[in-house]
Amino acid sequence: MFGAKHLNSIHVGHYKNTAGCATEVMPVPQVVKISMSQNIGAPCKPLVKKGDPVLVGQKIGDTDAFLHVPIHSSVSGVVSGIETQRNAMGGYETLVVIESDGKQEIDPSIKPPEITDQPGFIAAVKESGLVGLGGASFPTWLKFNPKNLGEPMVLIINGAECEPFITSDHRTMLEDTQNIIDGAQAIMKYVQATECIIGIEGNKPDAIEKFNKMFAEQGITNMKTLTLQETYPQGAERVLIYEATGKTCNAGVLPADLGCIVSNVTSVAFLGQYLKDGMPLVSKRVTIDGDAVTKPGNVVIPIGTMIRDVIEFCGGYKSEPRKILMGGPMMGRAIYSDRMPIVKNNNAILAFTKEQAFIPEETACICCGRCHSACPFNLLPTGFADAYEARDVKRLNDLKIMQCMECGSCSYICPAHRPLAFINKLGKALVREASQK
Amino acid sequence: MTDTKNVKFYDNLAVASSPHMVTALDTQKTMMWVLIALVPTFVASVFYFGVPALILTIVCAASCAFFEWGYERLLGKKVTVKDLSACVTGVILAMNLPSGLPVWMAIIGCFTSIVIIKQLYGGLGRNFANPAIVGRIVLLLSFTTQMTTWPLTRLSRTADVVTGPTPLGLLADGALSEAPSLGNMFVGNIGGAMGETCTIAIFIGLAILIWKKIISPIIPVCYIGTVFVFSLIYYAVVGGEYSALHMALFHVLAGGCVFGATFCATDYVTSPIMKHAKIAFGIGCGLVTMIIRLFCAYPEGASFAILFMNVMAPLLDMVAQNRFYGIGAEEKAAKKAAKEAGKEAGK
Repeated sequence: MFGAKHLNSIHVGHYKNTAGCATEVMPVPQVVKISMSQNIGAPCKPLVKKGDPVLVGQKIGDTDAFLHVPIHSSVSGVVSGIETQRNAMGGYETLVVIESDGKQEIDPSIKPPEITDQPGFIAAVKESGLVGLGGASFPTWLKFNPKNLGEPMVLIINGAECEPFITSDHRTMLEDTQNIIDGAQAIMKYVQATECIIGIEGNKPDAIEKFNKMFAEQGITNMKTLTLQETYPQGAERVLIYEATGKTCNAGVLPADLGCIVSNVTSVAFLGQYLKDGMPLVSKRVTIDGDAVTKPGNVVIPIGTMIRDVIEFCGGYKSEPRKILMGGPMMGRAIYSDRMPIVKNNNAILAFTKEQAFIPEETACICCGRCHSACPFNLLPTGFADAYEARDVKRLNDLKIMQCMECGSCSYICPAHRPLAFINKLGKALVREASQK
Repeated sequence: MTDTKNVKFYDNLAVASSPHMVTALDTQKTMMWVLIALVPTFVASVFYFGVPALILTIVCAASCAFFEWGYERLLGKKVTVKDLSACVTGVILAMNLPSGLPVWMAIIGCFTSIVIIKQLYGGLGRNFANPAIVGRIVLLLSFTTQMTTWPLTRLSRTADVVTGPTPLGLLADGALSEAPSLGNMFVGNIGGAMGETCTIAIFIGLAILIWKKIISPIIPVCYIGTVFVFSLIYYAVVGGEYSALHMALFHVLAGGCVFGATFCATDYVTSPIMKHAKIAFGIGCGLVTMIIRLFCAYPEGASFAILFMNVMAPLLDMVAQNRFYGIGAEEKAAKKAAKEAGKEAGK
């Protein structure tokens, strides 16, 4: 579209090596360690204790706090202990360790939810344990429960998958297309959205084609696909809202306030399935890739499976891993150990060898301004860096550092390899700290 | 599935903040592309001015690299010659010199550029002005005669006449009718600094830089555009033996305007970052160039214009940040509100 306005974005290699890998289902491991901190907000408290028998789909973690979702067992077996482990964020998390009996007996209380009204829908979504599966792990029920219900709403489904390497959303769109449509129709009904836009990057033409074909076959007129540029970060919530509706969403503003409900395509697909069989979120499709993995692919993994077991399923390590990422290379988190369990918002596990693990040494800033012109929001990362070095909170606020979404475009594009996104995070922490005083 | 007891775990993996991959275009490759963009100009200079041009370019590039290496070794700093920025400075400086300049003078220029302007201010990224431009200006002021003795191109040399005036020199002397044709100025068959004369070669370099996204086209377009428009208006008002369009093209093709706009004014370090500031920077360069050419003692003003705007660049960035980034917007609003409240109270 000539003349259409886009936000700044950068060209990052796609590395979608596993796009053609049909999803495999991983057999249940001997042991799962299910984290009690799997959403933004309050962590859950274990509802089971050592020695308790559990069934698939049984609720094993919950809390009274407002912002949370319950956690369910992904296997049937016996609880062998409650552990505490340092998590990828640096804090500690509680893990419920379950030894599987391999029978995968399903909790008899699991049945399709009966939904009659909007509060019932929200309650069902909450009970499903669904969080934003794109990576943010924001409790989905809250997202579908906007304050301004009744105002015109647009449902935007995020199928951009702009991170390199990851193809799990792509496979979901190809393999669970009907679930996505069903899930989207249910959401639209209860958030009173009139339209649904599925944003998909142009590098997934098969997914776009499949959606359009199914819309035509089923006579669906209130849903449409939107082909996004093949650049990073098209899948960032605020970027996607702009691309889909032209509305500017500042940090701290809820998309719902602008009349948009944004949901990841995998979340919607799960919801479509959940409304049919009532099985809560106990497994996740994850892309396994990286040059240290023997057989990369897309795998459906029970939540709580240790990464080491997943890698073993993918043929083990080809060579010694030096860095393992939960998520993509642009925003994913490097974890310190492959003992870590799979959590709900994992969409990829990338294991890199020494060659791919490290980025080159930092050199002097040449003031080229590429960070500024790469930033989707036209922020000034070099300004943040100078202000952070001087611990100048006022200047950081003036430069609007809180608008930064930490997409990493500035770090990626910097010819001097300065860790600008990292400095932005530190700067944001500094501003938050100062505002709490 | 797996017997976890027999499996070796990796418990000390590397952790770092995201992103975990970076672009392949680092500083060294950026500088390499600038050097590649300079190749057509370099080839043209050797074609027109012969072996002295070749020797001078190599001496400048090598001595800039040597001074950088020597300074950093002497002060125990990390040696950064590999990033090629010193070579770029050397080649750009060489392209700004007349081919007949004695080699030792060129080396003094390199010393000024690298040691005084670049390293003493903190090395790459910290210099306030373009090192090559200041190197040239220092040479011009120190060795005025040698720096303004312009060898003729090999095509226009005769047995007796080996040097001649530049088109801008002729203009300043009021001898415009002797000036070469616009066609000769476009291909570079005129007197002048080694790299400045062949405009078409510079445009090829400019195209390479813009195509590889090494520079944004804003500054060159604004600079050259301003020179063109300013002289068009000036000669339309003043009149003269040639048409205003002819004179506008003359001013674009003559002297260091195009070379400066392509390789000197676009220097990352000494040009603004904000888009609006870049526009102002380009227009400013064009205006100062034309003011010096038309109203001042020097026939050519491109290097002074770029130096002047280099010093202005941080200011332009600041203004652009305040105006277009909204820095201090809240304070301004608060001040305005306070002022109005004061007015109300005054009534």
